[in-house]
Amino acid sequence: MEHYLVAIAVTAGVYALMALAMNVIWGMAGLINLGLVGFFAVGAYVSGLITLKLGAPIAVGVAAGTLLAAVVGVLVALITVHLRGDYLAIVTLGFAESLRIVMSNELWIANGTDGLSGIPGPFRAELGPHLFNLLYLGIVVAAVVILFFLVDRLVNSPFGRVLRAIRDDEEIARFAGKNVVLFKVKAFAFGTAALGLAGALYGHFTSYIAPDLFAPLLTLYVKLSLLTGGLGNSMGAVLGAVLVVFFLESTRFLAPLIPGLSAVQAAAVRELAISVALLLILRFYAKGLLPERIEPPALSASGAAPAASRI
Amino acid sequence: MHVTQLILNGLMSGTILAVPAIGLTAIFAVLRFTNFALASHMTIGAFAGFLANVWLAWPVVPSLLAAFVVAGLVGVLSDEFILKPFRAAGFITTAIGSIALTIALENCVRLLFGNELRGYDLPIRRDWVVGGLRVSPQQLENLAIALIAMALLFAFLFFTRTGRAMRAFADNPMLASIKGINADMVARLVSFVAMGLAGLGGMLIGLDTTIDPLVGFKSILSIFAAAVVGGLGSLPGALVGALLVGVGEELSLLILSPAYRSAVGFLAILVVLTLRPRGILGARAY
Repeated sequence: MEHYLVAIAVTAGVYALMALAMNVIWGMAGLINLGLVGFFAVGAYVSGLITLKLGAPIAVGVAAGTLLAAVVGVLVALITVHLRGDYLAIVTLGFAESLRIVMSNELWIANGTDGLSGIPGPFRAELGPHLFNLLYLGIVVAAVVILFFLVDRLVNSPFGRVLRAIRDDEEIARFAGKNVVLFKVKAFAFGTAALGLAGALYGHFTSYIAPDLFAPLLTLYVKLSLLTGGLGNSMGAVLGAVLVVFFLESTRFLAPLIPGLSAVQAAAVRELAISVALLLILRFYAKGLLPERIEPPALSASGAAPAASRI
Repeated sequence: MHVTQLILNGLMSGTILAVPAIGLTAIFAVLRFTNFALASHMTIGAFAGFLANVWLAWPVVPSLLAAFVVAGLVGVLSDEFILKPFRAAGFITTAIGSIALTIALENCVRLLFGNELRGYDLPIRRDWVVGGLRVSPQQLENLAIALIAMALLFAFLFFTRTGRAMRAFADNPMLASIKGINADMVARLVSFVAMGLAGLGGMLIGLDTTIDPLVGFKSILSIFAAAVVGGLGSLPGALVGALLVGVGEELSLLILSPAYRSAVGFLAILVVLTLRPRGILGARAY
């Protein structure tokens, strides 16, 4: 049981990394990424492959996975950055699906649908499963803390302010002399790098990755995390990820309790519950538990009061 | 494999692809958003047709009509109660909402029918061979149905008052509402017709192969590719784009394995967005 709880905590940490990444791409820059699972997969596969096949140290693998995910992110962003947001949505979704098709069919890269197994974990053999899980939890928590502070710095930096300005009104940001395209691409690169990092860490923990893991549903889980916690708020992203993983794991136990359902139907009920939860939160609770804090503009007390207060 | 045969196959699969692609681009033209829920409506249409064809033993053509009507009705309801409120909140919310909707609807189908592959009840007929080219009568029938559906749609849009009102609304919503065109009615009508076409397309694709809850999602890349290549928002563009994507996917068999068919669509999206973002017949892409 403890074993299982630690494993869930690691999963929650990986989700928190992805939610923080999406907080930059979506929450701050207002860009859509429907294929975040694709960047997660790039990180997982690159790191898994170069540690397994080239025998590179795990740290090198994770760094390479992070970097390559960012490179792919920049390419995707560059193609669509001048266009309406709908095109970025289509291209990111298409990227994730095409990557899954390629990884399922090219047996020589990573065994196709059989997946890549035996991905090394740090000191896995020396520590035994129990200590290894605890060590890995420490690593993931450290990664979340570091990314949390990076994102937090970013939010309050001039860079973060420009991103939010672009999100709220691109024309005005451009009018203020900001290179909107460059900012968007940088935000996308930062976010996709963090997604790659999350993927790489995930692969070294479970030691097994396969194309089926990178289905669009994972993208929904992360969006649900971010929305539950509060879009644009880093604390909210982490809190949301923990809550969503808890929710996901509890549906795993609850769905089979419904009498008369086959395994396929139970899985369908789970996915249905998750997508309906996302729709409901999106509709009625889009601010989340911890809404984005926006500092009030520096006005003098006697200055223009908002119209609503003068009834 | 014979190149002429591949081109012929591509033109036939492209014509069928054009049916849902026109639905997608029509929603984009009128309601200004990309509706990812198209995938699940294709699945719903395919299964509604399956119920009619296999359980009620209807012939193929009335079953296709059932696919159109059921998917269209689900489309109207899901747009009215789920997607419409999202549209006011911006396109990211709408896009994510429509993805969540498509997964929810797909799982409703999975809950009822499970994951196994199912086939329609079709008479077994011998393929026709004309001048070395092979076609099955079912393919020709599908082709004819797709062409008739598109012809009816264009006739509706150009020769009826309601159709003209829809085009006016797509062209300039503000001016159209000043002239007394009811925006809500136009939205419902376009949802019905577009999702009905998606359902029809889902069943047409299923007639050629088999169906399962993923039948819509598996072809969604090709459909988006068709709409983007032709120019999002242009109905004739969707037809041209679908034919190009269909032929491209078939010709890719010369050098790639069949598993890559939908990746070809993605490649087409990337090429078009890089070279000519507004597509072949689209107005603008920014």
